[in-house]
Amino acid sequence: MTKPLLQVRGLKIGATVYPPGEKPHDIEIVHGVDFDVEAGKVLGLIGESGAGKSTIGLAAMAYGRGGVELTGGTVHVNGRDVLQSSVRDVRRLRGAEVTYVSQSAAASFNPAKQIMEQVIEAAVLQGKFNKTDAEQRARDLFAKLGLPDPDNIGNRYPHQVSGGQLQRCMTALALCPEPDLVVFDEPTTALDVTTQIDVLKAIKDAIRDTGVAALYITHDLAVVAQVSDHIMVLRMGEMVEYGTTDAIINHPQEDYTKALVSVRSIEHEEKQPTEPVLRVENITARYKGTNFDVLHNVSVDLSPGQTLAVVGESGSGKSTLARVITGLLPPRDGTITFAGRTLTPDQPSRSLEDLRELQMIYQMADTAMNPRQTVGTIIGRPLEFYFGLKGDEKQKRIQELLDEIELGSGFQDRYPAELSGGQKQRVCIARALAAKPKLIICDEVTSALDPLVADGILKLLLNLQKIEDVAYLFITHDLATVRAIADSIAVMYQGKVQRYGTKSEVLTPPFDDYTDLLLSSVPEMKLGWLEDVIANRKMESAGN
Amino acid sequence: MHPVVKLVAQRLALGALLLLAASALIFGLTEVLPGDAAQAILGQSATPESLANLREEMGLNRPALTRYVEWLGGIFTGDLGNALTNKLPIADQVSSRMSNTLFLAFWAAIISVPLALILGLIAVRYQNRWPDKIISGITLASISLPEFMIAYLLIFFFAVQLFWAPSFASINDSMSLLEQLHAISLPVAVLTLVVLAHMMRMTRAAILNVMQSAYIETAELKGLNAFSVIRKHAFPNAIAPIVNVVMINLAYLVVGVVVVEVVFAYPGMGQYLVDAVVKRDVPVVLACGVIFAAVYIILNIVADVVSILANPRLRHPK
Repeated sequence: MTKPLLQVRGLKIGATVYPPGEKPHDIEIVHGVDFDVEAGKVLGLIGESGAGKSTIGLAAMAYGRGGVELTGGTVHVNGRDVLQSSVRDVRRLRGAEVTYVSQSAAASFNPAKQIMEQVIEAAVLQGKFNKTDAEQRARDLFAKLGLPDPDNIGNRYPHQVSGGQLQRCMTALALCPEPDLVVFDEPTTALDVTTQIDVLKAIKDAIRDTGVAALYITHDLAVVAQVSDHIMVLRMGEMVEYGTTDAIINHPQEDYTKALVSVRSIEHEEKQPTEPVLRVENITARYKGTNFDVLHNVSVDLSPGQTLAVVGESGSGKSTLARVITGLLPPRDGTITFAGRTLTPDQPSRSLEDLRELQMIYQMADTAMNPRQTVGTIIGRPLEFYFGLKGDEKQKRIQELLDEIELGSGFQDRYPAELSGGQKQRVCIARALAAKPKLIICDEVTSALDPLVADGILKLLLNLQKIEDVAYLFITHDLATVRAIADSIAVMYQGKVQRYGTKSEVLTPPFDDYTDLLLSSVPEMKLGWLEDVIANRKMESAGN
Repeated sequence: MHPVVKLVAQRLALGALLLLAASALIFGLTEVLPGDAAQAILGQSATPESLANLREEMGLNRPALTRYVEWLGGIFTGDLGNALTNKLPIADQVSSRMSNTLFLAFWAAIISVPLALILGLIAVRYQNRWPDKIISGITLASISLPEFMIAYLLIFFFAVQLFWAPSFASINDSMSLLEQLHAISLPVAVLTLVVLAHMMRMTRAAILNVMQSAYIETAELKGLNAFSVIRKHAFPNAIAPIVNVVMINLAYLVVGVVVVEVVFAYPGMGQYLVDAVVKRDVPVVLACGVIFAAVYIILNIVADVVSILANPRLRHPK
């Protein structure tokens, strides 16, 4: 039998960590992983953040990001152990035999150089093609990847094309030198669902047409199921399960894999609308110094103790709506009624009562907390500010809140840096709850979290809603989350409410074109889903 | 209109406004100082009558605003007035002094700017290793020593002990370029040492900042060697901060050379200004002040414009 293209045996990877208040020390983040990738095959690496997927992917290029070191094991590419190779040989490997597609093409393209120059750089440097041939190949790849104006798009600068286009350019960059293996590191994670599906299809076709092998790294099992031949599930630097895509998706053996495969386990009964606590009427808004409206005539209602999900792609105006409701961006037109009172347009003129009853939780819990304050101080602040609580009374309330978010009293003296992502978001929830609000605006609160952790946060939020009778305005791009928790849904597109009603109304056909596109773009955990969707769309457009 | 043209035009207009404000400030400051040109000419022992007569004669009794406008009008027509001490037109003297100062600054810049950039690149390439530490250490030492100290040290070793270079940097038109360069070698060396550290450290910091970017990783994963990564991918994105520091240092080479010119008895603007201050020659001080302000403002506008041009988002809008 011939040797596989990539053979990894007993790979161990270490890093130096700098925990706050402790001496820096070395830890091991990948504890001996074995796998093969055959020529022309795609292996999906899946796991949550911290599972070591990206680190393992980069190890195939003998690269350690930041302070990461490849401490043990072997990585054979085309029969050579790249961990033992000289610096020179490693440079010949990178960009020639193995190439890389990163999560954020926007950050991975040099903003000062034209796209073409960057796409062909490795191919020319490694002597695979001369400049003219490389440019021709790049243009062919642009066309194959479905980029508009493939002959000229290379002359543009990265900021002149959209995120989805740039991600395809990055794929062209990786394929241009005719590598044997491409490492795709979450290539569609940063994209909107409707864009993701096109990029995913483009990547899949390109892999098929060029016969290149790939390591496809993602946290989204539904995505990896569409492109890979085999899947390896990783957790905390160790392999949990390995098998064909069919086996992992349809017959998972390990509990952890089963948890990943099972779609959300949240039970939520849809409530019928009542007299609204928040009434947004005909809001039109634009940002200072611009001459176009980002919100057009937006009207939605939210009933007490219920959840309104505002869903849309980036740029649809959903976060702007939150800014208008909180008074950070006074609208040009329209009114907001909250708890029977008409809110003043700008935040500084609002009463303490208005401020207290309308709280907010953000996407990045990290940046929403002062890193130099303890959890107790963070949660205690609204208690002092709104209720004037002090001493024992305050302590008692902090305890209650910590219990409510299922963290317990031990967390009171910890600093944010000592908490995991999910725990940080819980602290932010407690801080919002401390004000005893009637409404909490949740702006993409689970987007930065791993699926299982996000699940826990959503369950907590629903539970707290029952206890505290608080309403949520839930801003998200994730339709699975919407299905799990919403009572009513507003679909936003280009600053307008495209579709609005109770959850069952909105999610029941017939759909308008945009909602249909949005709903059908959400990856499903079944083989061949991608082809089905694309085929359906082709049929529809042919029928029209 | 292309946004770059608009931005550049804005910068130029702002610069002109700033220069006007600076000229008003300089004129105002010499106005509030005790004593005036008449007092300076006649000395402390002058009688009040003779002072009054001279003031009348020189037009010093007219309102400050009138004299300011006149003075400003003179500047626009190239007339900087006459020096009090020798009654000669200031413009003639300034032009020869200025060309000497620019000659010195030019050669100091030609040596120090590329040297600072190269040393900065080397420091980044070998970050926290010995080449970086040696470069940082030496440049830090040279910026920490007062410039007259460096000047005297260089004079002691290279002029007194080794006879390699003259300790007096006097040049004139009859000398060949090579002779002139030889004459100014020590002051150029001093200036280079003084401005090197600032530019080199900024280059290092700016590039290191860019080196954190994801596109640097992309370049490394293309198999580029370390120097190519820095030169092709990091440096183009670090130009804006570097240019700003370079321009401030170039301005210093023109404006801040007073000490060096005095130590080496070099016939430049700095010495001219010091002489004028000592002799209370107010019109000369005014002229030098405005010229120095103009140099600073023009070089900083250049830095701004280069920063704008270095930004692909402004150069190639969507």
